[in-house]
Amino acid sequence: MRKLPALTAAAVLGLSLSACTTDPEPAAPGDATGPIAVKATDATCEVGRAETAAGTVTFTVSNGGAKVTEFYVYAAGDRVMGEVENIAPGLTRELKVELTAGTYETACKPGMIGKGIRNGFKVTGSAAPLTADAKLAEATANYQRYVRSQTAALLPKTEEFVAAVKAGDAAKAKALFPIARTYWERIEPVAEIFGDLDPKIDGRAEVIEEGMAFTGFHRLEQDLWEKKDISKSGPIADQLLVDVKEIVAKANAEQLSPLQLANGAKELLDEVASGKITGEEDRYSHTDLWDFAANVEGSKAAVQALRPTLEERAPELVTALDAAFAAVDTALGRHRAGDGWKLHNQLTQAELKELSDVINALAEPISKVAAVVAK
Amino acid sequence: MVSRRAALTATGIGLVGVAATAAVSAATADPEPAAAPAFDGAVPFFGEHQAGIVTPAQDRLHFAAFDVITKDRAKLVEMLREWTAAAARMTQGRDAGTLGAVGGQPEAPPDDTGEALGLPPSGLTLTIGFGRSLFRDAAGADRFGIADRLPAALEALPHFPGDALRPEISDGDLCVQACANDPQVAVHAIRNLARIGFGVVSIRYSQLGFGRTSSTSRTQATPRNLMGFKDGTRNMKLEDAELLREQLWARAEDGAAWMAGGSYLVTRRIRMTVETWDRTSLTEQETIFGRDKGEGAPLGKAKEFDEPDFDAKGADGQPLIAKEAHIRLAHPDFNNGAHLLRRGYNFVDGTDGLGRLDAGLFFMAYQRDPRRQFVPVQRSLARADVLNEYIRHVSSGLWACPAGVTGDGDHWGRALFS
Repeated sequence: MRKLPALTAAAVLGLSLSACTTDPEPAAPGDATGPIAVKATDATCEVGRAETAAGTVTFTVSNGGAKVTEFYVYAAGDRVMGEVENIAPGLTRELKVELTAGTYETACKPGMIGKGIRNGFKVTGSAAPLTADAKLAEATANYQRYVRSQTAALLPKTEEFVAAVKAGDAAKAKALFPIARTYWERIEPVAEIFGDLDPKIDGRAEVIEEGMAFTGFHRLEQDLWEKKDISKSGPIADQLLVDVKEIVAKANAEQLSPLQLANGAKELLDEVASGKITGEEDRYSHTDLWDFAANVEGSKAAVQALRPTLEERAPELVTALDAAFAAVDTALGRHRAGDGWKLHNQLTQAELKELSDVINALAEPISKVAAVVAK
Repeated sequence: MVSRRAALTATGIGLVGVAATAAVSAATADPEPAAAPAFDGAVPFFGEHQAGIVTPAQDRLHFAAFDVITKDRAKLVEMLREWTAAAARMTQGRDAGTLGAVGGQPEAPPDDTGEALGLPPSGLTLTIGFGRSLFRDAAGADRFGIADRLPAALEALPHFPGDALRPEISDGDLCVQACANDPQVAVHAIRNLARIGFGVVSIRYSQLGFGRTSSTSRTQATPRNLMGFKDGTRNMKLEDAELLREQLWARAEDGAAWMAGGSYLVTRRIRMTVETWDRTSLTEQETIFGRDKGEGAPLGKAKEFDEPDFDAKGADGQPLIAKEAHIRLAHPDFNNGAHLLRRGYNFVDGTDGLGRLDAGLFFMAYQRDPRRQFVPVQRSLARADVLNEYIRHVSSGLWACPAGVTGDGDHWGRALFS
């Protein structure tokens, strides 16, 4: 489904709308506190310093390669502390991230896929030992950063998708459909907090209540794939963008509780188990595996935000979760197709059952997270 | 902690329910033992043999076959230990876990699913079996270091004429037979074992059954299958001590020491085309079975338990019991004395999309060695039985069901994995 040229063009377009304008100052050699320059190419990731002091750390990431890249800072277990996406060739973007003393990894991801080019990164100094509550507070702050990073991509991707629909470019709209949905599906439990907005954006034909119009992604999916006519889809596309803008604003303002994170992680997997495995979600386009991967990524992000608390209170649960996430990644990984995923109707019943099994195996330990957090 | 039994005593709901059932039954005119209120007490879980084999057949079944999806032997054994603890609790009418359906942390999912709260034990038995594929995979590899313990009697069943087996609802690494006199209790048991097993096992297929189609005790009336005939008249019964020793329980000298005191289970999902059967004349139906439909007596005899006379001829000179009659083909006299302990169940899984009932018999039979019992009997039936026009075998399974769990230090599979 996913066409790399379209994606690259899309990414550049996205940047021209939301390009970062700060003019970063390169770090002076030997300076242990200033911004850290990161020189990324398609094959390398040079990080100016491998160590810095605790506090707000600024990275200035310049892309000297030919592929669009991303830059991440990970704590243990690939917990995302901060990320900057869509760095087009020739551009420089800045990442500010709050880091306490500890060991981290940085990663450049040329082509925006895979585990990336990793470097160790150490933060030293004055981070006071955190109390249990402070850890949970940090967990929600971390996860909120994640939500913001996803909404920051959801909005421009939805804009591109909507523009393609309105321009009558069905091929481009079809290519963008699963990509825009990736950012949506990663943070879906947050979106579900806001009542009617979720069904307006993501409702399927059968969940629409009486008196409510069938709008949103799946209505456009039906127009694109089943009706094969988007000549009258403009108003639906406009409405989608209005609704997504509203939910992005609300999601970014929402204060989440640690229990919401824990339950959200489980709910994302339940989404997979109930809607994606069966192919119900994207019944017209069959792009369910894109949503599947995004749900799992979102679930992982929520669990990783809670990781310090879980490691302290239930280390054996962390071990079980790591193993179960790895099993899901392996099973799902078999169904990659280019930059994206095979279509749901290309998988055999046995392959779908294997995916169902690994999701159940992961969802069971994840269902125990909330109780550990509430302890 | 709220145990199911405590909830029962506290509310009295279960007792009232049973009393009501008994009153309804008593009001009917049917004097047969089957009309007695169903046993709702607890069947002992620990013992020399697994419960659920000679236990008087309960009215309901939830059978589940599982695939083991882990490669880690320790995880499998640990799950079997957890299953045993849960089974010991559930069969006694308690919750699957120690905290229970409503006794744990509010933020945590309960360790029992709760739909059996307030229900009595209902005669629940849970019986485990191990499939051939647990020992060796399709390529012959030793999966869990137990390939050398594969019993010879667990030899794969041959293909029988007319088999239309669907692989996705056949075989499996493990099975659990849940029988109870309340379907909710049987379903609850399988659901909780599946929940405990996530990540280690995955349900391959499961089957609900109702209306036991055989008696395993002389205290039970012979029930009817969905063709309307009494089924299991000649079944081995728990009262037949000598026959059971000879024909039901495996022994160490049979070859697999860990199976001593256990038994081999054959499962077959037999779809009946009831619509065509119902258009068949009464005479033909009775000829096919070799019994009359009302009483269940062998043709030419008066009473259900009268011995069939296979030599008797009618006025036309033809055998009263036809050469292809079901009771002749299945009779021990024509199968080297082979007996089976059958405990099958009727099933109706709705309709099949063509307006036909998806109905039939989930056949289950226990025996000491299928190579000398089920296989020859089924060979003769599959070849000649006229009943085959009305039935289709669509699922098949063969399971080594070990001896009983002896106490708290023991668990399902201990002898196999130790």
